[in-house]
Amino acid sequence: MNRDAVLNFSPSGIYCPAGDFYIDPWRPVERALITHGHADHARKGHKYYLSTDIAAPVLKHRLGHITLETLRYSEIRQIGSARVSFHPAGHVPGSAQIRIKVGGEAWVISGDYKLEDDGLSTAFDPVSCHSFVTECTFGLPVFRWQSQAQVFQEINKWWANNAANGIVSVVGAYGLGKAQRLLCGLDLSIGKVLTHGAIEGTNRVMRAQGIVLPETEQITPETDRKGNGSTLILAPPSALQSTWERRFGDTSNAFASGWMGLRGVRRRRSVDRGFVISDHADWDGLNAAISATGAENIYVTHGYTDVFSKWLSSKGYHSEVVPSRFTGTSVDDEEVE
Amino acid sequence: MKRFAALITQLEETTKTLQKTKAIAAYLQSVPDQDRLWCVTLFSGRRPKRVITSRQMREWASAASGWPLWLLEDSYAVVGDLGETIALVLPSPETEIEKSLSEWINDLRALASLDVEKKRNFILASWNSLGGPERFVFNKLITSGFRVGVSQKLMARAVAQVAKKTETEIAHRLMGNWHPDETTWYDLIEAEDLRVDLSRPYPFFLSSALESSPQSLGAPSDWGAEWKWDGIRGQVIIRGGSCFTWSRGEELVTQKFPEFEKFPDFLPDGTVLDGEILVWQDEHPLPFNKLQTRIGRKSVSKSILENAPVILYAYDLLEWRGEDIREQPYQERRKLLEDILSSTSPSLPLRLSPSIAFSDWISLAKTRSKARKNYAEGLILKKMNSLYEVGRKKGPWWKWKLDPFNIDAVMIYAQAGHGRRANLYTDFTFAVWQGSELVPLTKAYSGLTDAEFREISGWVRRNTLQRFGPVRQVTPEHVFEIAFEGIHESQRHKSGVALRFPRMARWRHDKKPHEANTIGDLKDLLKTYG
Ligand SMILES: [Zn+2]
Ligand SMILES: [Zn+2]
Repeated sequence: MNRDAVLNFSPSGIYCPAGDFYIDPWRPVERALITHGHADHARKGHKYYLSTDIAAPVLKHRLGHITLETLRYSEIRQIGSARVSFHPAGHVPGSAQIRIKVGGEAWVISGDYKLEDDGLSTAFDPVSCHSFVTECTFGLPVFRWQSQAQVFQEINKWWANNAANGIVSVVGAYGLGKAQRLLCGLDLSIGKVLTHGAIEGTNRVMRAQGIVLPETEQITPETDRKGNGSTLILAPPSALQSTWERRFGDTSNAFASGWMGLRGVRRRRSVDRGFVISDHADWDGLNAAISATGAENIYVTHGYTDVFSKWLSSKGYHSEVVPSRFTGTSVDDEEVE
Repeated sequence: MKRFAALITQLEETTKTLQKTKAIAAYLQSVPDQDRLWCVTLFSGRRPKRVITSRQMREWASAASGWPLWLLEDSYAVVGDLGETIALVLPSPETEIEKSLSEWINDLRALASLDVEKKRNFILASWNSLGGPERFVFNKLITSGFRVGVSQKLMARAVAQVAKKTETEIAHRLMGNWHPDETTWYDLIEAEDLRVDLSRPYPFFLSSALESSPQSLGAPSDWGAEWKWDGIRGQVIIRGGSCFTWSRGEELVTQKFPEFEKFPDFLPDGTVLDGEILVWQDEHPLPFNKLQTRIGRKSVSKSILENAPVILYAYDLLEWRGEDIREQPYQERRKLLEDILSSTSPSLPLRLSPSIAFSDWISLAKTRSKARKNYAEGLILKKMNSLYEVGRKKGPWWKWKLDPFNIDAVMIYAQAGHGRRANLYTDFTFAVWQGSELVPLTKAYSGLTDAEFREISGWVRRNTLQRFGPVRQVTPEHVFEIAFEGIHESQRHKSGVALRFPRMARWRHDKKPHEANTIGDLKDLLKTYG
């Protein structure tokens, strides 16, 4: 950390002394700025929350009664001697990078992000800064995504093929973001989309705030299990291969995640299909985003931090790894959203 | 090779064996004999001779991709498969070449006689002309065998469908020492006369673990019992005046056990024995670690032969006087075996693994509890009328092992897995107390559920005290119950003991580190059972 450090890395999370607040802290604090609603970023127990207006409904849905204020993208808020603004991260609806300027020094915390416009989230917007704290979940050159359109084509082909054979298609996807993104890319002329309650809950929240999603039907104990061979079911990953899936009879299952790019992980999941689609930046995306900030200091968190930081150093950046004990990680890293 | 790559993709895109079998059969139907033969070759773990080193592959892939070598190496460490890593990091191909599977293999083999520059040019040009799945398959042809979740059984079934023969016959035909250069699809699969290859073993028949009580097996009189030994399962073949020894891993290990060379002088041609290879002293077997000194060596020195002499403890007879007798019931094969071995000289390193007489399950359970005193790890139960079948099939043969040993130990180091477990911490070192100090005792990799591996991985990331390369020293906080099959003295281990088959039996959330076992507890076990 240099003498103009705007942020420091403390046991409770990333801290800004000038504004006395934390970003995505993982221990309860007085004041928390939240990049987005995923469980490894938005935790319970803080006295005060600040997020984007678009992220707010899901935050309330997930965290219950919280004291929450919101900002629109790019709107500036003075907190202590820090000037704070939220900028689109393209990760999930309402997700933000947070820019903090103290004196002449500008820092950006990326949160989770991806560069491809998914048509659902506000598209990623590069923000210039001196220091950039970036995630690097997929920070290895083996991770390079195909375009969303190509992946949707594959998924729809698989679904149509199952439907033609009277086999129910079950897709495991995270409930916030990935599920809705898939939903928007599905070809509903093939059949109906049914949803697991955990996913429909988020759908409901998003529809209520004006985000347009294709029609879905929540699965209830009364849902007709027979004669639904052409349906596709969206479910949380944990529901795959469970008794919950088995009651739909003859199914083919798939998991949609960036991790599906590795054969080993695909085998471990032992699903029929792994669709490589991620809400995180791939290798090229990370490098492009970092370059676009114009930052000299890059702090890397979440992912293959050692390798990625070494790579950045070799490219001439001043790069450091933020120790994960200062940022927390999700209990379940494969489920990082 | 498009069709073969498509087959590999299809095999990976389903977890259902029926569909896998169908896909392989459909492929075999649709390609010429040479490609069929190579497909079966690759899927049975055989591979073309390697002409490109792993080092060369990495360096050329680094040049072709523009990524520094260290970045490629670090990526490989995560992916766990060099062929896959390279296929992923290379830029998209600029041209397209289509050759059949066997053409590619022959082209690769022809590289052997070329200089490095020519090899390099060939590989780079090939990478630049092959798309995703084909590029991966191409790399696998260079580096190693395919592991595509196709068991030998499944492949035998697919080949049997195509050749219209029984699965058992195909499984047998696919065993042994054949190579695509020396055989044809016709000779291997279709020809009437099977006995061209003298060393060809029979597929091993395997027992399943008995989870319930033996009462569930019905009348005791329908069953035979033997000790379950802790050695190497072996098949010893005497044909054409020679002796061939196969391990259960289908490896020809004749040279590792020269003791058996004299068998042809005492047993007639056309004898095939199934049994356990054990280090033998004073008419009883020694622990497995004694045998370990002989594994991993191509040939065996005089001193090893003196210090760790082996015998074959025979328990089944598969061929007698050139006739395949696997379809005879166990009790008759067993009787024949007993007759044959009753007249062999005791100087021959060949013994009959005894039958255990019993009249009811309760008395047999008592016998089982004495397994360790008898140098065994439990019992094997064989149905009297059981045929010698192929592979693992539940029902006719059961292994009824003793319960494992258990100790509680503290996790102190963690290392990330690769391949299937690329993004998880899966390799752990456990320690026990020596006074107020934790002494490393054993490593263990398996036994937790995926959910538990994910949970502990998150914890490891947050609780790393120090790093030593890929190894993380973690806060000694979590206690695990370690199950193991045996214990013996070891100079190589700091603790002075080594465990056999250690694995994580349970994550003891309910225990604090100070409640873990001590070195003294292990020394006691060693005294009793080592
Ligand atoms: Zn996220
Ligand atoms: Zn995250």
